[in-house]
Amino acid sequence: MLRVENLINSFGDFKAVNGANLTVENGEIVAVIGPNGAGKTTLFNLITGHLKPDSGRILFKGEDISGLPPYTICKKGIARSFQLLNIFPRLTVFENVQVAVLSQHNRSLNLFRPARNMLIEETNRILKSVGLLDKANEIAGSFSHGDQKILEIAIALGNEPEFLILDEPTAGMSPEETTATMGLVKRLTVEQGLTLLFCEHDIDIVFSTADRIMVMQQGKTIIEGTPDEVRKNEQVQQAYIGGD
Amino acid sequence: MFKGTIHKKTALALVVGLVIMLILPNIIPRFYVYLIASILVMALLAMSLNLVVGFGGLFQFHHGVFYGVGAYAIALLLTKTTLPKWICFISAPFAAALAGLIIGLICIRLSKLYFAMIQISLGSLLWALAFRWYGFTGGDDGIHGISMPAALSGVSNSYYFILIIFVLCIIALFLILKSPFGSTLQAARDNEQRCEAIGIFVKRHQLFGIVIASFFAGVAGVLFVVLEGSVFPDLLFWTLSLEILIMCLLGGWFTFAGPIIGAAIMLSLRTSIGIHTEYWTLILGIILALVIFFLPQGVWGYIQEKLKLRKEAVAERGR
Repeated sequence: MLRVENLINSFGDFKAVNGANLTVENGEIVAVIGPNGAGKTTLFNLITGHLKPDSGRILFKGEDISGLPPYTICKKGIARSFQLLNIFPRLTVFENVQVAVLSQHNRSLNLFRPARNMLIEETNRILKSVGLLDKANEIAGSFSHGDQKILEIAIALGNEPEFLILDEPTAGMSPEETTATMGLVKRLTVEQGLTLLFCEHDIDIVFSTADRIMVMQQGKTIIEGTPDEVRKNEQVQQAYIGGD
Repeated sequence: MFKGTIHKKTALALVVGLVIMLILPNIIPRFYVYLIASILVMALLAMSLNLVVGFGGLFQFHHGVFYGVGAYAIALLLTKTTLPKWICFISAPFAAALAGLIIGLICIRLSKLYFAMIQISLGSLLWALAFRWYGFTGGDDGIHGISMPAALSGVSNSYYFILIIFVLCIIALFLILKSPFGSTLQAARDNEQRCEAIGIFVKRHQLFGIVIASFFAGVAGVLFVVLEGSVFPDLLFWTLSLEILIMCLLGGWFTFAGPIIGAAIMLSLRTSIGIHTEYWTLILGIILALVIFFLPQGVWGYIQEKLKLRKEAVAERGR
């Protein structure tokens, strides 16, 4: 479904992504891991169009999407959440998700109909599936960190994506919240038939959730394979897991 | 159309307010009718600005230009052409919207302060044009004695016309703000990056917002001409843009009605203190500093918050 070939992106002299390769098949859960500064977030930003690659190709369903603007890529079926909180703090929880649903249904430029009566069912269904329905009318900015991270995912679901990218969905969460969130993500993936690409610091979560894992170091792909293959790889053990 | 977007009590208060506004010219002196009419014109201008500043998060620092373009457009159309009057009245706001589109197309490429700077320069260009082009715009003399249709001449006639158009525009602005376009515009204000990630062409959306705001500024410009019967280059000068920005701040720029309150406060101050001293801006400055310090959400923002707290307290006791 998604293929990244030899992607390179630099900020000045620093090559944040320097030869990344990645293949994600339809319906798979794929994780990207690597030490801080390995270029995981940059890779995601390149895929979703927030950054333009210097060279290399990104193919989504066979079509080259590298260098397209984020809103075009989103309409092709790729939605994402961000590592740092990235919601609409002054809007209510309901509105946060509804804006995405409206965009998905191409209603964003509609001028003379009240938005609050539009696409309510669709929005509520998403809020319900992530368990935020009872907080729908609260102002998003007043939410706890954990709930805001969940809201992030809900906004991304508002675009009814085929392909979901989650950048550290559990960053800053307590162990209990982390378990609950990953359970939620897994359930959503199955329920909605999503293809999922995510990155995460917690190694245990990665190995228990992902079908396949890609390991990055200094912007390069070291290995791409099943959890077992990755676990056995010596380079990975030295570079990342600590070689015990 | 309003179903579910407005509270019953609020609607009642608005209707009562409107009725009072309608009988006012019969009970208060002409000067005050004129003052209220000018407040309405300024309030409409400030509200159109607030659409892009408060709800759009754009640095629209020279919004006065579109007001001036609307005013000059109707003045020139009425004095230099023989077109039917109603066509002149309808075309002027569209002229302002066109100016908004052209200036917006150039500005929108930049962000934040750079957006503001290029807008101020382009606006000043138009001001210079109005100021220097004696043959066409009358230069710094402006155009005076623009004759209005009989139904619109005289203070109370123009007051009624301004009131009706003001109410219609406010309703339109309210609907726009509550529409999908409005919520998306607010989402783009809160988080541009996120908005692009959910599939919205943010720049195009914001440009559309600028055009709509310019249109309503143009309407305010037309109303000004209806009230004053004249235009002059000061309408396009950047100090006016600053003034309406202050009105939004003063009233509360994350609220819908804030700019109306801001315009009312500012014009009342200018009138009441201005007759005693020409340094009335000094007093305005002090009041503004106090408001920003003690009421950071503006006067109306503060009142709204208090009302909400009281409502919550009542609900709490009722439980």
